[in-house]
Amino acid sequence: MEDIVKNIETWLKKNTYHHSDFWDLRKMVEEKERHGLTISLCIPTLNEENNIAKEVVLFRSELIDRYPLIDEIAVIDSGSEDRTLEVAAEFGADTYLASDILPHLESKRGKGENLWKAIYQLKGDIIVYVDADITNIHPRFIYGLIGPMIYRPEVGYVKAFYDRPLSDTGIVRPSGGGRVTEILTRPIFSLFYPELAAVIQPLSGEYAVRRHILHDIPFPIGYGVETSHLIDIYKKYGMEAFAQTDLDKRVHRNQPTQALGRMAFGILQTFLRRAGDHEKLLVQTELNHYLRQFQVSKGSFEQVEHFIVEDERPPMITIPEYREKFGLS
Amino acid sequence: MNDVLGTRSWENFQDILNGAVGLAEELKPLQQFVLANLILLGETPAPTFGEERRMQLLINRFSEVGLQNVENDDKSNIFGVLHGSEGKRNIAVSAHMDTVYPDSTDHTISVQPGLVTGAGVADNSLGLAVVASLPDLLNRLNIRLKNNLILIGTARSLGRGNSEGLRSFLSNYKLPVHAGVCVEGVQLDRLSHASIGIIRGEVLVRTPEELDWNGFGNTSAILTLNEIINKITDIPLPRRPRSSIILGQVRAGAAMNKRATKARLGFEARSESAGIVREIELRLKEAVSEVASKTGDDITIDIFSTRQPGGISFGHPLVRASRDIFDALQIKPRYEPSTSDLAAFIDRGIPALTLGMTTGSNLQMDDETIDPGKIHLGLAKLLSVLMAIDGGHCEEH
Repeated sequence: MEDIVKNIETWLKKNTYHHSDFWDLRKMVEEKERHGLTISLCIPTLNEENNIAKEVVLFRSELIDRYPLIDEIAVIDSGSEDRTLEVAAEFGADTYLASDILPHLESKRGKGENLWKAIYQLKGDIIVYVDADITNIHPRFIYGLIGPMIYRPEVGYVKAFYDRPLSDTGIVRPSGGGRVTEILTRPIFSLFYPELAAVIQPLSGEYAVRRHILHDIPFPIGYGVETSHLIDIYKKYGMEAFAQTDLDKRVHRNQPTQALGRMAFGILQTFLRRAGDHEKLLVQTELNHYLRQFQVSKGSFEQVEHFIVEDERPPMITIPEYREKFGLS
Repeated sequence: MNDVLGTRSWENFQDILNGAVGLAEELKPLQQFVLANLILLGETPAPTFGEERRMQLLINRFSEVGLQNVENDDKSNIFGVLHGSEGKRNIAVSAHMDTVYPDSTDHTISVQPGLVTGAGVADNSLGLAVVASLPDLLNRLNIRLKNNLILIGTARSLGRGNSEGLRSFLSNYKLPVHAGVCVEGVQLDRLSHASIGIIRGEVLVRTPEELDWNGFGNTSAILTLNEIINKITDIPLPRRPRSSIILGQVRAGAAMNKRATKARLGFEARSESAGIVREIELRLKEAVSEVASKTGDDITIDIFSTRQPGGISFGHPLVRASRDIFDALQIKPRYEPSTSDLAAFIDRGIPALTLGMTTGSNLQMDDETIDPGKIHLGLAKLLSVLMAIDGGHCEEH
């Protein structure tokens, strides 16, 4: 137990950053070029026409034209019903419909699917994933994540953490958020993978990953994608592959508790599968994939059933088209 | 005065006019620099007298884009120099950093095709973003002026700020300024070459917390203020010189069911004649004194901002050149007298203009809006005017 405490303390000190540690973008660009790195930004979207322009214009102007830190901005969309892709293209992003990438594969829909297909579609040695619904978007969301990897070749996966005010009715709170993290993810990590509990916000949607790590891990296409990343990379590379960066505030849409319940249900499926594979626990029954939530209607309770299966894509490196595109024998 | 590629010249004024539309086209893909600066600067609150955070951001940006001698002064102005190839004269381009919005306002900016919305985007985050972007734009367009360009983000411009920032800068800057351009976010057709005389102030009415049923005072500060307003509206104003009194803001009371013990009126009086402005000031003070003596209420009038009318004439070469540039870009100019920083240039006898960068609406409301699709026209207008000044086409002989 003492070892775990010590390991976590050591890791936190060594591998936890603040975005201001990487304020010198000119120096970072020089270092990136010295290592011959290419960096891609992937923004997964679904109906984000009101938010996407701001992210694209800001990142393109600041991090491609002014400081050439990233080499491409790609919006990968799950099939928006609004003008997300048109708006993104108008402001200069490369735009893709997830179903058009590797189209011969059976169609799946979910954020994880977009993230997985980005590995095939994008060219970077490092891929940065940033959600589209961040209203206080700033270049720090990118350079804060890339920084540790540019300066430390041994770091392969950098996760964001925040003070997370929730924006729902225009009111900004000084702290809060991360409810699924604190109620589910950190407790189960603490039970079975205690070192991973040191990742301050394991479910944050912003992270940067080296390609050689990314193409080696399977991808749940739903809620479990971040959880599975952490467990799989931890098992393969240990804590030294991880770093985390404080990006200050992230203002985003709040989610109702029932939506968080569905998220937790998906994460648990992913977790139980991983923990079973790693012989951390034995699940002796077939999992039920229906989540039942309840609502009151006309004075009585009604069941609302959600069928949630955390389907997974295999490691991208196992896909022949990928191996061919990237010249892997 | 040819650019590096030898394709642009401003030695001859006609060349500037001939190139204006092409310049606007070249600027279209560069608008993103302005939009990015607009987001970064505009999401940082900068109420008048509280501009420090925006100032710090602008210092960084000025330094990043290669301005020389970037400095801030004790009024929180920021300035830096883009040295010209000859550097004999100095052209100042300024935009005020401050806004009417307090820190507590949500400063999030929303960007959509054809629409950018947020507190202060038009007045004056866009103007400031343009000034911050100028070195990049000139560099990417291969335009190197022969004269020095002094870029200034001014503090304490609005309201009680009374253009204190720019006035202080012009008083203390070590080099002479030969011409000035104030950049405002809106409107695209704005061409201000004169400043009207102004007084701005506030009337504050206070009534006792405890109501004196035997006193002659009004039962509410609102009623007293209403009497003052009636007196103000009775002040005669001439049609020529053009004059007006704007009653812009009233704040009073705490709740519907509670007698108001405080009431404030914010006003601005404007005239093309300095004498009329003085006369209006006198009448306002008389109105306040009269109502105070009648009601016994505590009434004060605070005039915190004054400007003298003046400016350069319609026929001044700078205005004439600007008119021609507007024409070349097919923008019909609207000659609106300035009520802002332009007066600081005028007071020091520096030929100067105010130009707007795009169209916009809902000014000084939380959902201020601009059209980003026209910024390239505003930029082309600004750069053409700067080239005209630089080429010596705007000087009186």
